[in-house]
Amino acid sequence: MINYDEILNIPPYSMACEEKEKFLTEILGELTGHHYERCLEYRRILDAFGFEPGNIKSYYDIPFLPVRLFKEYELRSVKSSDTAKIVTSSGTTGQQVSRIYLDKETSANQTKALTKIVSSYIGKNRLPMIILDSPAVVKDRAMFSARGAGILGFQMFGRDRIFALDENMELDIKGLEEFLEKHAGEEIFLFGFTFMIWLHFYEALKKIGYHPDISKGIMIHGGGWKKLADRNISGERFKEGLNEVCGISRVYDYYGMAEQTGSIYMECEEGHLHASVFSDIIVRDPFDFSICPVGKKGIIETVSVLPHSYPGHVLLTEDEGVILGEDDCPCGRKGKYFAVCGRIKNAEIRGCSDTYADKG
Amino acid sequence: MRIKDKIEFLCGADEGYIGKMNCWQAVAPFSEQYCDFLAAVSEEIMNDLEAREFPDVVTFGFFCRRANLQRMKKEYEERTVVRQVSPVSPGGPYRLGRGVTFHIAPSNVPINFAYSMAAALLAGNCCIVRASSKPFRQVDIVCRCMAAVMDRKEFVWASLVVSIVRYGHDKEVTDYLSSLCDVRVIWGGDNTIAEIRKSPLPPRSTEITFADRYSMAVISSAAILREDNMERLARDFYNDTYLYDQNACSSPRLIYWLGNREDTEAAKEKFWGAVHEFVKGRYELAPVVAVEKYMTACRAALDIVSFRPRVVLGEDNLIGRIEAGCLKMSIIDYRCPGGSFFEYSSEKIDDLQHIARSRTVQTVAYYGDLKDMIREFSIKCGFFGVDRIVPIGKTADFSLVWDGHDLILDMSRIVGY
Repeated sequence: MINYDEILNIPPYSMACEEKEKFLTEILGELTGHHYERCLEYRRILDAFGFEPGNIKSYYDIPFLPVRLFKEYELRSVKSSDTAKIVTSSGTTGQQVSRIYLDKETSANQTKALTKIVSSYIGKNRLPMIILDSPAVVKDRAMFSARGAGILGFQMFGRDRIFALDENMELDIKGLEEFLEKHAGEEIFLFGFTFMIWLHFYEALKKIGYHPDISKGIMIHGGGWKKLADRNISGERFKEGLNEVCGISRVYDYYGMAEQTGSIYMECEEGHLHASVFSDIIVRDPFDFSICPVGKKGIIETVSVLPHSYPGHVLLTEDEGVILGEDDCPCGRKGKYFAVCGRIKNAEIRGCSDTYADKG
Repeated sequence: MRIKDKIEFLCGADEGYIGKMNCWQAVAPFSEQYCDFLAAVSEEIMNDLEAREFPDVVTFGFFCRRANLQRMKKEYEERTVVRQVSPVSPGGPYRLGRGVTFHIAPSNVPINFAYSMAAALLAGNCCIVRASSKPFRQVDIVCRCMAAVMDRKEFVWASLVVSIVRYGHDKEVTDYLSSLCDVRVIWGGDNTIAEIRKSPLPPRSTEITFADRYSMAVISSAAILREDNMERLARDFYNDTYLYDQNACSSPRLIYWLGNREDTEAAKEKFWGAVHEFVKGRYELAPVVAVEKYMTACRAALDIVSFRPRVVLGEDNLIGRIEAGCLKMSIIDYRCPGGSFFEYSSEKIDDLQHIARSRTVQTVAYYGDLKDMIREFSIKCGFFGVDRIVPIGKTADFSLVWDGHDLILDMSRIVGY
């Protein structure tokens, strides 16, 4: 049995390379055996690859599942009666979404891991919180969208919460003014999705010329850069822009996915994303899936100790990234730190495929 | 906006003439006039400096050379003599082109439009050809060479018989061009065919469609073990597959190994070793394709349980191999591009029937002395599938008999006499 209570008590950025590899190999090895026993689909894949889960020398050797597999198949290691909730990934309209099956235990562990990671940034006390989104996103609880799940996951770090946007995604200036007046001089926690923040908070503030003082704010945001990259907005520019409109200086991006909720990768003061002790990043060379050395771009594999109710502990993402270093970030956190370069590009495929299907 | 303003006229009949094509005349298959024109285009291409940069353009030029036209003509006459509909038998029934043909070329094979046009001309027709809406230099080169030939006094007529056009996905234009034609030729993709079919054809017009297909190879293990020149075989196989990202309808996706277990094991090692050596350094594997190939292996493991798939891990991701314990027709649904192969081994050809029954199966490539065996077996079983049986290395070679169609016969009509 994996002792999650013990694991979740390890300070999230305390473990150095050698110890962490041993630790992850043990836990992920056990998870591999667990899913092999309980998830028929997982077993079939491992069998097809001729992989024996009994003798794992390093977690680097465990076969990864492509994240897209969770969009096409129902992959779970719990009975349906034990499924507490199903989380779906965000997807552009029309795309298939992942369905992640959570039992009570896995769901609780996700929350605990997230708490450990986030509180190392904002402290253990709950802060007054501004959610930079619309309450409409969390209204339908039956099916969690990743955006809704993200808000629900992070709102436990706040108290006296307000949504900064109304049902129509318009900035609620009056509500914001009242809130800031009430909590003048206090640290404030802000959370939202990167693109939403830029579009509906930064741009709205800029347009109306209202510059609230949120200099004591701590902002955590995630959800990817694709749409901002399309508009040529870099991480630097994002921080600068927010600083201009509301004086905030502590702004942290995070990288995470619905398929591995909880063990997110937080950005540090140096602008690097960090793997906590609950998870790790391996960058793979697409040519042969070999491990890329520090500084070499490749496809991101993410591992997490949390997925117990579904076989999502070792995943191949469709993102490209690069490891920047390990254990030696100037911010002092141990573990690997890295940058995400975006989604892998769609290739131009030759051959007599469809002239209409690909809207060339 | 007028319909004709949405069309880019690349070569031949322009907006003033395209609507008048159906006033032109049809001619007999392999007419001297049309053959002369194609032979002149061939010479122009072979002497073009820019064309030399593109092997596919050169191959088309070579296809249209006079000697090859004569060879194809002779083959056609031999084929049709059997059916007693030879144009050369005096006093008998004769054939003429159907009139105007309208061709929709695929978006990702730049040179395909030219072959489709050549076949229609050889059958005796006028042709309107929609080249890929993506810009390709190959298209520009062929159009430039043809325009040069059309400029010559003796070939001015050709600029009224051929029109190469380009336009976006626009139903109005497709409606218009379809209304002009006697034969519509759609180079596939099932989705494209469905889309184009929304544009009606005149009552008497016919249609030739090249849909999504599945192709495979049968390899004699013993022949591999005897082969000295593995590099040549690897090159042939590469041209069948990787050259077009293994995404042509004729690209083998399944390898059926024929031989005893011991021979086959050794043959596989020899064959894939040689293929890997050849592919390495030549084929650029896109990261997204590498992931797709991996995904295909996982899907196969999940979907086809009775199939007992085994993923063969290579030193890199260039060649994706999935060994199947048995053959199922559902294997046809796996069409991952970029070098993803299913393999099956048997001492007998019999299990081919599990796949070849499907009307989706197009080309069976072979290596070793298997041609007659596959032919006999296909006839005996009466497969709905299998339209071509060709040696490895020849799957992509264009031929006037293609995909179950004799293009000359299908684009001409018989006049009873």
